[in-house]
Amino acid sequence: MRLPAGWALVGFVALLLAAILGVQWADDGYLRTLLALALINVMLAVSLTLTNGFTGLFSLGHPAFMTIGAYVAVVLTYPGRRKGFMMPELPDWLMGLEWPLWPALLVAGFAAGVMALLVGLSVLRLRTHYLAVATLGLIIIVEGLAVNLDGITRGGRGINGIPRIADLWTVGACCLLAVVVAWRLKHASLGRAMLAVRENEMAARCFGIDPFRLKVMAFVIGAVFAGLGGALIPHVIAVLTPGSFGILLAFNLVAVVVVGGQGSIVGAVLISLAISIVTEFIRPLEETTQLFGLTQILIAGALIVVLLWRPRGLFGVGEPLIDPGRRFR
Amino acid sequence: MSDYLIQQIINGLTLGSLYALVAIGFSMIYGIVRLVNFAHGDLLMIGAFTAVGLVQAGLPWPLVFVIVPVVGFLAGALVERIAFRAIRGAPMITGFIVTLSVAIAIQNLMLLFLGGQPRNFSFPSWFRERVALGAVEVAMIDLIIPLVTLILAATTYGFVRLTRLGKAMRAVSENVLAARLMGIPIDRAVMLSFGIGGALAAVAGLFWGGRYGQIDPLMGFLPGLKAFVATVIGGVGSIPGAVVGGYVLGLAEILVVGLLPSQYAGYRDVFVFLLLILVLLVRPHGLFGALEEERA
Repeated sequence: MRLPAGWALVGFVALLLAAILGVQWADDGYLRTLLALALINVMLAVSLTLTNGFTGLFSLGHPAFMTIGAYVAVVLTYPGRRKGFMMPELPDWLMGLEWPLWPALLVAGFAAGVMALLVGLSVLRLRTHYLAVATLGLIIIVEGLAVNLDGITRGGRGINGIPRIADLWTVGACCLLAVVVAWRLKHASLGRAMLAVRENEMAARCFGIDPFRLKVMAFVIGAVFAGLGGALIPHVIAVLTPGSFGILLAFNLVAVVVVGGQGSIVGAVLISLAISIVTEFIRPLEETTQLFGLTQILIAGALIVVLLWRPRGLFGVGEPLIDPGRRFR
Repeated sequence: MSDYLIQQIINGLTLGSLYALVAIGFSMIYGIVRLVNFAHGDLLMIGAFTAVGLVQAGLPWPLVFVIVPVVGFLAGALVERIAFRAIRGAPMITGFIVTLSVAIAIQNLMLLFLGGQPRNFSFPSWFRERVALGAVEVAMIDLIIPLVTLILAATTYGFVRLTRLGKAMRAVSENVLAARLMGIPIDRAVMLSFGIGGALAAVAGLFWGGRYGQIDPLMGFLPGLKAFVATVIGGVGSIPGAVVGGYVLGLAEILVVGLLPSQYAGYRDVFVFLLLILVLLVRPHGLFGALEEERA
């Protein structure tokens, strides 16, 4: 059965509301954290679908932008009275600030976007495999900066005691925003042009499309959501270290996009939810059997199997469950 | 020149040799199947662990030096057979993901079975004896590593340039389809390049462990990435390029850390990857790389 897109959106919002209300009602801190992180993962996966899936880029840079967004937001929201102790080298005008979450999120997303623009304008001229390594390098550069600027970031010890002010409503709204933006984009001429670039860059150029401009755009939009996601996470779990968002995360996110299908939004949502749930069930198993790393091996193995069996991912560029022929495309 | 500077240059040459050994394999594999093999660095780790295992089993060192590259060769060829053969010719992104998956699977399997504790590794003491070389004293190992590297690099280059099998490998990297039509055994050529790459990386791992004294299951990933940086600097696909790139990177990394004030030492990796991005922007095909034509 396939739903018209409008109803699918209504359904998604209804499920989101039900999940949030259910968890609020259960009033269980653990469940709340779990749902918040799952929703943030959905948001990250969808935004990476936007960058990598639509335009056919191979960026591994999401964690770098998350780290940037996270530190920017935490510097803005961290309680003023503890800043002198935690971040002694912060400039004076930042020292007194203690912003609420929303404006801090905006600034974090903006900072990540600006960074992506600067990096993208140079790095996106590179071909696929060079881009992957350059963005991998970006993760290491950002992580290195975060470790070494220890007057602000506390280095490898990380910042703790971050206020847990990201409630489920905020997280849910950000997640919804990512999904809607990606959906509208994909079904507008801009998104179609991106898909064209992915399929055949030279043919796209022949149609008057400027591939470089679209790549930068997709890269920046993806990075803004990465910055948002990165900014949300420390306000859910209260800690932030330079290694919080690393290469392994880049791999897991890319895995979700590739397994779901390059460019399939529904695929990204479903697979990232599935991985959140499966991980949650494997964790106790990992702990009882002392086989740490099992999850990663399973994810890596599943990925290889899926790609051998369906090289374009489970859903390709298609959107399962949703009728392509109706309005609100 | 001060002794300090000379010692730094020697350190840089040693590190550069290790990067070069890994980079050659990277470059060969990329040249032949257009695959950036993120799992390549893990063969370095496998080489190091093999060496420790053999030494603990009581084997004499000369034998260890023979067995480690053989294990590396087999591991490289095995990984190719299991994971990479099936995706040959698949879109580039698929290749990436699969090599990353293999890297993560290898690392986590090692973590599962051997644990994450670093292990000590030491060469016999005469490796660390210092020999006078003109006016400066050099540790034996810092002579051996570059020497062995250059011999292995020259042998590999000679093999690829001069032998029949090497010619077959070059043909495959030029054009797979045409090579197949000429009756060249593609599978054998590809497996061979993975094997040779694996053997070189395993030797690098053996040296790495002996030089820096500790090994752990995650030790290969960062050197692997940096060796890729070296490959890019030299020009992907070229063996002499990989060697030069390795030395450029090793020297640059050590000298930046050694010559800048010590509070910048932590920025070592930051510097390496900034260098990569700069090189890519200025010379996207590296120092020795050929321009790849764009086909519609």
